[in-house]
Amino acid sequence: MDNKLKQQLHTKSKTAKYEQRGKLASIMMLVLIMVVVLGIIGFILIKGTSMFFNDKIKISDFLFSTFWNPGGKTPTGNPAVGALPMIVGSFSVTLLAALVATPFAVGTAIYMTELSSKRGAGVLQVVTELLVGIPSVVYGFIGLTVVVPAVRHLFGGSGFGILAGTIVLFVMILPTIVSMTVDALKSVPNHYRQASLALGATQWQTIWKVVLRSASPGILTAVVFGMARAFGEALAVQMVIGNAALMPHNLVSPSATLTSVLTAGMGNTVMGSLQNNALWSLALLLLLMSLFFNLLIHLIGRKGAFKK
Amino acid sequence: MAEVIIESKQLDLFYGYFQALKKINLQFETNQIAALIGPSGCGKSTFLRCLNRMNDLVDGVKIDGEVLYEKQDIYAPNTNLVELRKQIGMVFQQPNPFPFSVYDNVAFGLRLAGVKDKKLLDEKVEKSLRQAAVWEEVKDKLHTNALSFSGGQQQRICIARVLAVSPKIILLDEPTSALDPISSAKIEETLINLKKEYTIIMVTHNLAQASRISDKTVFFMDGQVVEAAATKKMFLNPEKTATADYLAGKFG
Repeated sequence: MDNKLKQQLHTKSKTAKYEQRGKLASIMMLVLIMVVVLGIIGFILIKGTSMFFNDKIKISDFLFSTFWNPGGKTPTGNPAVGALPMIVGSFSVTLLAALVATPFAVGTAIYMTELSSKRGAGVLQVVTELLVGIPSVVYGFIGLTVVVPAVRHLFGGSGFGILAGTIVLFVMILPTIVSMTVDALKSVPNHYRQASLALGATQWQTIWKVVLRSASPGILTAVVFGMARAFGEALAVQMVIGNAALMPHNLVSPSATLTSVLTAGMGNTVMGSLQNNALWSLALLLLLMSLFFNLLIHLIGRKGAFKK
Repeated sequence: MAEVIIESKQLDLFYGYFQALKKINLQFETNQIAALIGPSGCGKSTFLRCLNRMNDLVDGVKIDGEVLYEKQDIYAPNTNLVELRKQIGMVFQQPNPFPFSVYDNVAFGLRLAGVKDKKLLDEKVEKSLRQAAVWEEVKDKLHTNALSFSGGQQQRICIARVLAVSPKIILLDEPTSALDPISSAKIEETLINLKKEYTIIMVTHNLAQASRISDKTVFFMDGQVVEAAATKKMFLNPEKTATADYLAGKFG
């Protein structure tokens, strides 16, 4: 009897073996993914910095010069790898799109969570999900055939430019911000609303002074997510922004973003050449920006989490 | 006998087809503490929420009968809910301060009413926090997030928040059930001090608490009032056997 018990306790059962195998499989998947992710980051890092190490180009020339013509020279004789026009372009369309989209998104989200009936909210939910699902090339196509001529008609110029990019991106990031703002508003505990109403607040005062204020970290996160999407969007923007790597003079002058120059240029350069390395530096810049957006989201999340 | 400030007449309440309150006739007098007691689901919280129409927020509620506040039917069609809830404030079971500073919490109602004068706000906030007996604990941390205080302190901040809008009646829905005994004792003390200026109606699960601080006790069961009487009389000499059994702990 004793021996039997001893044997039972000291041999691995079938289920214990399964457990080990499961853990092993899971870890292997993880390692594979880690290798891929780190590989990508490493590759971009090496490629993106080779312009500075191999071609001996100063970082300041890359970040602050306004002449973009890799391989060529600026009028003063420096290498023309200035990414400033694209940096300005990317930030302009991103910030403007977020600025325009936020009030619309918050308004829609308030309607969906606080005001509408369940059915109305359901319909709107489907509509926003539909907007997410439309491929960006379709947005770009619509932008090209509708927005660009409209801008040309209303504001003059060619119609291509930051304004057209902003309008297209506004529609594209709207659903992202809406759905995340809806989540943020829903996570505001109902007892805040009750307390506010019980103090004699109207529904609108409750929404404005309690719900929105309590949800502000979540709404901010939503906006940053939208901005990250706008910053990284390539195809649709490329189709409407005009793709001229020049400092934008105004909202309707053709310009470029980091992503649009990248997509336009990557097929036309030879691996290892300066032209190619300059594009990789743009990619590195994009990677760093998305890292920055991620960091921002984490910071907001940590500061604004509801304490229970 | 003090004057009646709020009373219900033949009050029925339905959640869909379920009748949660049946022909409730009750009167509450000024400057008294009334305790509503009874087993879970007996309708005492539902009744409390009728008194400032918080039940309006629940889907599918239907209410018949009258609630007269200072002789005015608060279920009359043209009732101004905002004004009503300013005069009949409510404190909830879970301490629910807004995730703002203590100051912003207490000043919330005043700011809604359009008070902008900083001095007046300061005065009112201090007075309300003193009345709620939490001033000494928070006076140096008025601009700290209210959620960083203990449950008992949060609940007293909530009471101060209600006091700041100068209500006539304060409704409390099991205000101490989520709190430890020491915090509860502080709240009870606060309530006894408040009854000089306010009328207090509270739901409580704690019979000892009802007997300690209330002037009048109402015993609810199955959506009906079984017995309503002066607290001393009810606890010493209840009329109905159901009341006696409940008070003796035979059920509930």
